[in-house]
Amino acid sequence: MGDISPFHFQVVAALIFMIGVLGVLTRRNMIVVFMCIELMLNAANLSLLGFSREIGNDQGQILAFMVMVVAAVEVAVGLAIIISLVRNRDTMDIEDVSQLKW
Amino acid sequence: METPTVFVSIFLFALVLLVFAPIMTWVERKQSALMQDRIGANRASILGFKALGLIHPLADVIKMITKEDTIPTGAHKLLHLVSPFIAVAPAIISFAVIPYGGTYEMWGAHVSLCVADLDYGVLFIFAIGSIATYGSMLAGWAGNNNWGMLGSIRVSAQMISYEVALGISVVGLFMIFGTLRLTEMGLLQQETFRLFGFLEHFGWVAQGTAWIDWITIPMWGLVLQPLPFFMFLTALMAENKRAPFDTPEGESEIVAGYFIEYSGMKFGLYMMGEWIEVVVISALLTAMFLGGWTLPWLPEASIISYMTPLVGENMANVAAMVLAVHVFLIKVIVLIWFQMLIRWSMPRFRYDQVMDLGWKILLPLSLANVVITGLGILIVQEVTR
Amino acid sequence: MRTALFWVFSISAVASALGVVGNLRSPINSALSLVVSMLALAGLYVLLEAQFVGLIQVMVYAGAIVVLFLFVIMLLNLRGSGTRGAELQPIMKAIGSLVVFGSTLWLVRTLAADRAPWPDVDAGFGTTRAMGEALYTDYVLSVQVAGVLLLAGIVAAVVLAKKKVD
Repeated sequence: MGDISPFHFQVVAALIFMIGVLGVLTRRNMIVVFMCIELMLNAANLSLLGFSREIGNDQGQILAFMVMVVAAVEVAVGLAIIISLVRNRDTMDIEDVSQLKW
Repeated sequence: METPTVFVSIFLFALVLLVFAPIMTWVERKQSALMQDRIGANRASILGFKALGLIHPLADVIKMITKEDTIPTGAHKLLHLVSPFIAVAPAIISFAVIPYGGTYEMWGAHVSLCVADLDYGVLFIFAIGSIATYGSMLAGWAGNNNWGMLGSIRVSAQMISYEVALGISVVGLFMIFGTLRLTEMGLLQQETFRLFGFLEHFGWVAQGTAWIDWITIPMWGLVLQPLPFFMFLTALMAENKRAPFDTPEGESEIVAGYFIEYSGMKFGLYMMGEWIEVVVISALLTAMFLGGWTLPWLPEASIISYMTPLVGENMANVAAMVLAVHVFLIKVIVLIWFQMLIRWSMPRFRYDQVMDLGWKILLPLSLANVVITGLGILIVQEVTR
Repeated sequence: MRTALFWVFSISAVASALGVVGNLRSPINSALSLVVSMLALAGLYVLLEAQFVGLIQVMVYAGAIVVLFLFVIMLLNLRGSGTRGAELQPIMKAIGSLVVFGSTLWLVRTLAADRAPWPDVDAGFGTTRAMGEALYTDYVLSVQVAGVLLLAGIVAAVVLAKKKVD
């Protein structure tokens, strides 16, 4: 790769991570918040793989693989929770399920 | 020297696929007619020339192109337009890693009859196949239609359920062959093993007995892993949403399911995608289980070395190449016939039966197969040490 | 060639990530932007010689997880929230945009400084064989733990999503 340094990949990962954070903080639709969490996980994966390639060690790839497994489980359980919430409260707005806030 | 041969490979495979698509419509009509003891479609003719009904695909295409292309009100226009392409593209792309021949040296050029000989070939097909889910799923939702939505929900659940069984059922084969590269699998299936070799190994028969060396069996995937062949075939047919797994398309239940709002050439694209996927399924099965482009007891290298003194090296390679493509296509055609046979004999499964088959039958069987194959490999390695 | 691919993939990844966050019409549009960003990220992974992880990204993320998202959206028949204006809280939007753009500018400026060369890695880096060997010899315990986690997730999802039979 001619003029693409490892830092370019980290910049892309950081950008996507920040966009994900922005989404989690601003959006009110439950499912979109969840999708932004997935974006953050992917950005972390990209960063891990960038470092793995830069150092030449495959541990980053193994960890990225485990992150993917965990993300898959989290999506399954999270979507099940969302389904129950929507069935019981009949709303998709996270502001309506903030009962524990004072 | 590599670039022109890649273009030849791309051209050949595109030609094969796109020629197969209209022929599949003819095969469907004529084979179902044969099986149901009727004649099938035979009215289309050009200048009185009926050609056994082969003019019908042309008539179909003309009909579909000239039909009005409707987009229902309230539909998501972009998705409605793009979904047929998302459904067809994975089927065609999957063919890029399937070899329909080996590599040949002719006139200094190194011709490889596989468009992209990837190191992780089969995994690529699984990954691309999982994208195919979107084509069908978005189609039903994009049409703003209740029946379409029901079809979408069914199709997405069915397709992601069978992806699991699809992947695990061939893990045993990967363990035995030790590679994911389809060209290497084809070459490994050329080897033979002696069926009664264990008699000699355990000393029950004297060493060097002649008849034991005569009875050899090619190491085809079908021989090494018979049950996964059928599991893989079942899972692939369920992915393809063809009968008996066509509840998403259930004609009598939900009025054409997820492509209810499609008419004309877009509907034609869906049908074409299904038939091209039948060809891809057959090609994948031959490459992995039926020995690919190789003949059972005739390794390619020996064919080339046998013919080289007769016609020269270039022509020997050309002849071997032509033979390989023919063998591959014949095997593909046999499997296409087999799939059509299943499609026209079995009634559609009920939706919960489809889910049961995917999760409760295929998944445990494939996991058991992985364990048993591992045990088998260990035993064979220990015994032949 | 790889430079061009890098720019294509990274620009599509960032643009579709913005599409996930900034899409106000319907959650399905956000989900489709998410698919595009997953595929672009898979391309970036393959550029980083992580072929196995890239393929698994397509298979698992783009092919199963987002399908699950779309499935849930369709099942619950969601059509986006009613009022568009109340969707994004204005103060957070302002602060968030400032943070994003400010950090981008800072990062782009420091890009010029850091130009570490790529080390050579052997041909088997990131292939299925290398990952398989590493996973099943050095990290076999984490594979087992991942299996237990997946089992727990399956049971939890089934229990949580069942309709209560009263």
